[in-house]
Amino acid sequence: MTSIGTGYDLSVSTYSPDGRIFQVEYAQKAVDNSGTAIGLRVKDGVVLAVEKIKHSRLLVPESNRRIMTAAKHVGIVSAGWMSDTRHLVKRAREESRNYHDTYKRDVPAKILAERMGMYKQVYTLYSAVRPFGVGTIMASYDADGPQLYMVEPSGQYFGYHGCAAGKGKQVAKTEIEKLKLSEMTVREAIKEAARIIYSAHDETKDKLFELELSWVCEESGRKHQRVPKELIEEAIQYAERALDEDDDEMDDDEE
Amino acid sequence: MDAIKIQLPHTVQPRAENANDGAVSRTMQPIVTGTSVVAFKYKDGIMMAADTLASYGSLARFRSEKRLMAVGDNTLVGVSGDLSDFQYMQHVLEDLETRELCMDDDQTLGTKSVYKYISNIMYNRRTKVDPLWNSYVVAGLDHDEKFLGFVDLYGTRYQSPTIATGFGAHLAQPILRKRVEGREDEIEEEEALAILDDCMRVLFYRDARSFNKLRRAKVTAQGVEISEPYSLETNWDFAESIVGYGG
Amino acid sequence: MSALKPGEVNLGTTIMAVQFDGGVVVGADSRTTTGAYIANRVTDKLTKIHDRIYCCRSGSAADTQAVADIVQYHMQMYTAQHGEAPTVKVAASLFQEICYQNKNNLSAGIIVAGWDERDGASVYNIPLGGSLHREPFAIGGSGSTYIYGYCDKVFRPDLSRDECIEFVKNSVSLAMTRDGSSGGVVRLAVITKDGVERQFVPGDQLPEQYVG
Repeated sequence: MTSIGTGYDLSVSTYSPDGRIFQVEYAQKAVDNSGTAIGLRVKDGVVLAVEKIKHSRLLVPESNRRIMTAAKHVGIVSAGWMSDTRHLVKRAREESRNYHDTYKRDVPAKILAERMGMYKQVYTLYSAVRPFGVGTIMASYDADGPQLYMVEPSGQYFGYHGCAAGKGKQVAKTEIEKLKLSEMTVREAIKEAARIIYSAHDETKDKLFELELSWVCEESGRKHQRVPKELIEEAIQYAERALDEDDDEMDDDEE
Repeated sequence: MDAIKIQLPHTVQPRAENANDGAVSRTMQPIVTGTSVVAFKYKDGIMMAADTLASYGSLARFRSEKRLMAVGDNTLVGVSGDLSDFQYMQHVLEDLETRELCMDDDQTLGTKSVYKYISNIMYNRRTKVDPLWNSYVVAGLDHDEKFLGFVDLYGTRYQSPTIATGFGAHLAQPILRKRVEGREDEIEEEEALAILDDCMRVLFYRDARSFNKLRRAKVTAQGVEISEPYSLETNWDFAESIVGYGG
Repeated sequence: MSALKPGEVNLGTTIMAVQFDGGVVVGADSRTTTGAYIANRVTDKLTKIHDRIYCCRSGSAADTQAVADIVQYHMQMYTAQHGEAPTVKVAASLFQEICYQNKNNLSAGIIVAGWDERDGASVYNIPLGGSLHREPFAIGGSGSTYIYGYCDKVFRPDLSRDECIEFVKNSVSLAMTRDGSSGGVVRLAVITKDGVERQFVPGDQLPEQYVG
């Protein structure tokens, strides 16, 4: 980055000579430091998964949830600052409710993504504010079927079949690309999501982590819910087995 | 001598609110209305019934309306009175459900909470002299305890093993007193259905705003179940032998 | 609430909408009155809200025009924002919200009908208090009270497009002859996937009926 340290990265209201807004890029860095979060859109629903890194053994298991519900049919998982995330989820809830009050129907995912994008974008315009250090992955089941969107700190948003954010996003994206998402069911996607989170997890850096999984699908009545415990356990077993097999293969290679 | 009154053309007449010193009137009348709701406790939970009619004055205007609704997993709400206000309440309760869901705290909306929430709204609106023109009957199982409560447009509320709104308070309540009170934990489903149908039949015979197309619902440990519309058997045979008006 | 303000123009009115497989037929008379005086004998009470959504207005002409204009504006915004046409339900819900929130100041009885990609043909009725009712067919306005019996007898859910047109023509003209606040011509619109086709029956060519 050529312009670093030359004073163009101090404010979001100043472009660098080559047309960049460094503060927004730094916000993206904050996202990249976070535990991996992914979303998989398959034929009958969407699955969200996140590697929740725990900084202490003293934390209560399953506390500080990183997957949240924004409306009955909308789930949000994010990578980045949790404090910023909570603020954005609150905003997403207000937007969903507002839409429902006016049109008496569930907010379509693309509209919610657009509104969240617009909200984030405003924080890239003024020197008095800091952009959100959050990549927001939104899973929804609306009138048009399963939907998956990711909104970046810049306010850019895209619709995806599968997406990833956080530390392990490269690994995760490569793994996701191998999947035939449009032929999969959510039940299969849960297992793959668990496997991907487990393989993206870097044990040398972060020892403790918890896997969080949620879905919006036909099976959940098009509502966003935590994946039932027994399915999560099954998925974790599948993930661990897959990891062991990988390790074995690597050992073979070394011989 | 009376003061001379000048009748202004209508275009420059003082506005109505000036006529009463700036006071505005906000109370109104119900327009599209539903009649009685009948509910009572029985062995497995609570039974409730309401017909499907939405009247427009004496006109039977809409004949497939749903006046029973489930809120959360184990609460049943029945309504009489203005249907536009009920639709508003439905929307508010949907919002409440969504907020509860978003909490994601493994808690669910309890019947008593729903009852208190509705009561608060009703009392709050009557305090603003802008009431929601309804009576609500709230039923459910709250921590395995049977609950049956009533709220009206003034925010008046009470709980009772038997509740009937509107004409039902006059015609169904005496029947329920006789056949239900004191036996809430004994009455089997079959008997409960018979009692309910008997109440609704009397209401159909005697309430000029009733309709012989109704739904019944129950809340049990299994949750809320609202039936499809059905009709009651009625008897008019004895009328044939009645000729003239006596004397 | 329903009382007209002094000097207000009233759409005494008979309005109607019927749903069939693939579309709806909406219909209305054309009389607007101030008291017993006919202020307009050729009124168009069928108002376009969107490409395939119409509303039939009854009550105060001023109120219903104002409400229809607001909803029309919102539906244009909706289309721009969503990149697709609103459903009939969305349009009807907006009508309802306005009629409900302002129930003390409005006298408006509105029928919203049309066709959309999601729900196909649908008819919604929004009577005075601002409640919303979906129905296979709806009638409204002062004239409608005279034809409830006729409509209940003649209506079937499987009426064809042409049968619906006849049904609306007959019902509205029956109401027009019995209701002093309805009259003039019968205006019709057939709304389907393919668009809107407007029809018209002149006041001297109404279907025949017993007139004593």
